[in-house]
Amino acid sequence: MIPELGHFALIVALAIALVQGTLPLVGVAQRIPGFIALARPAAQGLFLFVAFAFGCLAWSFYSNDFSVLNVATNSNSKLPTAYRIAATWGSHEGSLLLWVLMLSGWMLAVSVFSRSLPQDMLARILGVMGLIAVGFLSFMLFTSSPFERLLPAAADGRDLNPLLQDPGMVFHPPMLYMGYVGFSVAFSFAIAALLDGRLDATWARWSRPWTTAAWVFLTIGIALGSFWAYYELGWGGWWFWDPVENASFMPWLIGTALIHSLAVTEKRGAFKTWTVLLAIIAFSLSLLGTFLVRSGVLTSVHAFATDPKRGIFILCFLAVVIGGSLSLYAWRANRVAPGGRFELLSRESMLLANSVLLLVACGAVMLGTLYPLFLDALGLGKISVGPPYFDSVFMPLMAPAILLAGIGPLVAWRRGEPAQLLRPLRWVAIVALIGALFVPLAFGRWAALTSVGLLLAFWIFAGTLAALVVRFRSTTRMTPAFLGMLLAHAGIGVFVIGVTLVKSYETERDLRMAPGDTATLGGYSFRFDGVREVRGPNYEAARGAITVQRDGQTIAQLAPEKRVYLVQRNPMTEAAIDAGISRDVYVALGDAVDAGGAGGTDAAAWTVRIHIKPFIRWIWIGCLMMAFGGVLAASDRRYRIATRRQEDASNPDATLLRRGAA
Amino acid sequence: MKRFLWPLAIFILLVGFLAVGLNLNPREVPSPLVGKPAPAFDLPVLHQPDKRFVPADMRGKVWLLNVWASWCVSCREEHPLLVEMSKKGVLPILGLNYKDKGEDAQRWLKQFGNPYQLSVVDADGRIGIDYGVYGVPETYLIDAEGVIRFKQIGPITPAVLEQKILPLAMALRK
Repeated sequence: MIPELGHFALIVALAIALVQGTLPLVGVAQRIPGFIALARPAAQGLFLFVAFAFGCLAWSFYSNDFSVLNVATNSNSKLPTAYRIAATWGSHEGSLLLWVLMLSGWMLAVSVFSRSLPQDMLARILGVMGLIAVGFLSFMLFTSSPFERLLPAAADGRDLNPLLQDPGMVFHPPMLYMGYVGFSVAFSFAIAALLDGRLDATWARWSRPWTTAAWVFLTIGIALGSFWAYYELGWGGWWFWDPVENASFMPWLIGTALIHSLAVTEKRGAFKTWTVLLAIIAFSLSLLGTFLVRSGVLTSVHAFATDPKRGIFILCFLAVVIGGSLSLYAWRANRVAPGGRFELLSRESMLLANSVLLLVACGAVMLGTLYPLFLDALGLGKISVGPPYFDSVFMPLMAPAILLAGIGPLVAWRRGEPAQLLRPLRWVAIVALIGALFVPLAFGRWAALTSVGLLLAFWIFAGTLAALVVRFRSTTRMTPAFLGMLLAHAGIGVFVIGVTLVKSYETERDLRMAPGDTATLGGYSFRFDGVREVRGPNYEAARGAITVQRDGQTIAQLAPEKRVYLVQRNPMTEAAIDAGISRDVYVALGDAVDAGGAGGTDAAAWTVRIHIKPFIRWIWIGCLMMAFGGVLAASDRRYRIATRRQEDASNPDATLLRRGAA
Repeated sequence: MKRFLWPLAIFILLVGFLAVGLNLNPREVPSPLVGKPAPAFDLPVLHQPDKRFVPADMRGKVWLLNVWASWCVSCREEHPLLVEMSKKGVLPILGLNYKDKGEDAQRWLKQFGNPYQLSVVDADGRIGIDYGVYGVPETYLIDAEGVIRFKQIGPITPAVLEQKILPLAMALRK
């Protein structure tokens, strides 16, 4: 009964979405106040029904209702409760429902927190979001219903893919989807503004906190995914340039460009068409990501069940949404008044250069991701593009972007003074050079790329600090937005340090160890104390015991596992990590090796892989700093003060800009 | 207006490629082994560990070598198809039991049916390396001269069987 209620709630939600996606838009165009007023209650009703449907599916998982096909294929009665709930979004159907839940959640937030928005603007925004909801709800109802029944019911479920049985599964997909779907708000703001024909500073101010919030979620989501891959996949990598990773990284790059471009549009009224285009692209890439993951056009480690029929549906939806909005853009963008002028040396030009670099970097990632598909489609053969391409193309594009981010905050709007810039710049350069030359000495091995990475990191640290000092000495107030920006920039530096030091100084050994054997790596000694059998709730595992010592002191007892999940029978590696700020000691247990063929825990020896990863935590700490910086920026008070267009007109700066442009 | 049309033009091109891509299968990786003699091996037979099998024993026949394991979930997907094929006697199917335990493998065959004339045991996966096994299941079509003619990565689907394997096998028999 409960699954049917959920299914019915989805149908009602589709009906509401149809109303929300049409009547308010018609209402604005035809000036029908009753239709315009529909947008807000419709959005709130839609959220209620989608949330109810989601609750029904979660309940079916929680109560082990194996008469639901989705539950039977993705859960098991022995699965721990937290993972049973998380299994709700473990399948294609369930993750779509999560997508729509997030979308309606953002709609609810827009309808609640946008009291200051004019009614017709709000109606347009919610109307556009309603249309997106129509697409996804019909996709779900027509091709992939999560509530399909399985008759007769299965006795027990086929279990959740063991790779997904991890705390990461509980947090990573919801965060990532919040980010993905959050860009639909910026997108809807942009489309509403294009329809309205008024793209101005007020529009930018409205959409900034929403865009930043979405970006924060996406940043956390990607960082969590990377951290999860690091400890779960068993070989210590943290980023693989896998198509699915790229699918989430591309909107992040564009989203980063967008939040910077929005700043210019808000503060200086410039780059309006550029900002709108970025908002459209950011959400388009979220949709493209959904298509790539769900249609099976590319191979990936994220091997979800794929179905070409679904692919065609998403592709058509993609063509309508993105094609439609880009057509609207082509039609309307030329009517937008040009913004304020700026000199070559100005914060505007720095931000423009940065967003172009980010766009090009995103293009490079996209080319690498889709290149196998292009070649295949043209009949030129099958290839796969791997990390070497991405590393060699992406890094040179990001290096100038990081250099610009280091000094951007030091340059004044409109027209920077070279003399004023030069003084702090000297210090920044000196600090960066010292860091680049001397830090590698501490590690005892020098390489050109290591120095380049450290140079970038110290450059951005010093630049950020200089911007803080300059602001502190000046009369301008220290705002949360400004501090947030600096914190996020410092986060990039922390991230770059982590990446550089791990790439340059990580060490690893593959060993064959019998109980009692000792090996050394990087000043640590590892004693293998054997393997014993342990049972988890739904798996059996061989658990190794390794004692890590340094200078005779025991610093950690590590217990890497090799698990076999009872239902799906595939082996999983659970690495054991001794985490630290300056290094991680990472141990993974391989296969049993023995001549006798006995196998199991009484094997004579095991393969063991040991890594020492210096400063790897800094990668994720940096991401968290970026995200927290975004939180600070989005929470800035001025976004909460009701802003109206009249205020904008009375702002002398803005009128000056208009006149200057006319 | 023209410059604002560029994003749309690029997007239309992209959609074109994606549409074509939908009809292609990225998992269809051409194997360098297709057209080459099947790598030789000498392995014990699953049900009679004291007997050994070499591919040369199948000289003069067109046959399928199916890589399987009891821990492999996708193998269960294609298994009914293999059982049906063996009942009809379409093609001789031999199994390569890959990185598996003997007792698990035998129990699995008892449970799901045994479509194989015989299975050989590749316990440590060494022969799998020679054959370039990406993942289990994989299937090789080998002709009368012992040359690999076709390789399927992943489960055999009825479509692959009808459209690729069977026509090719018929042609090879002549």
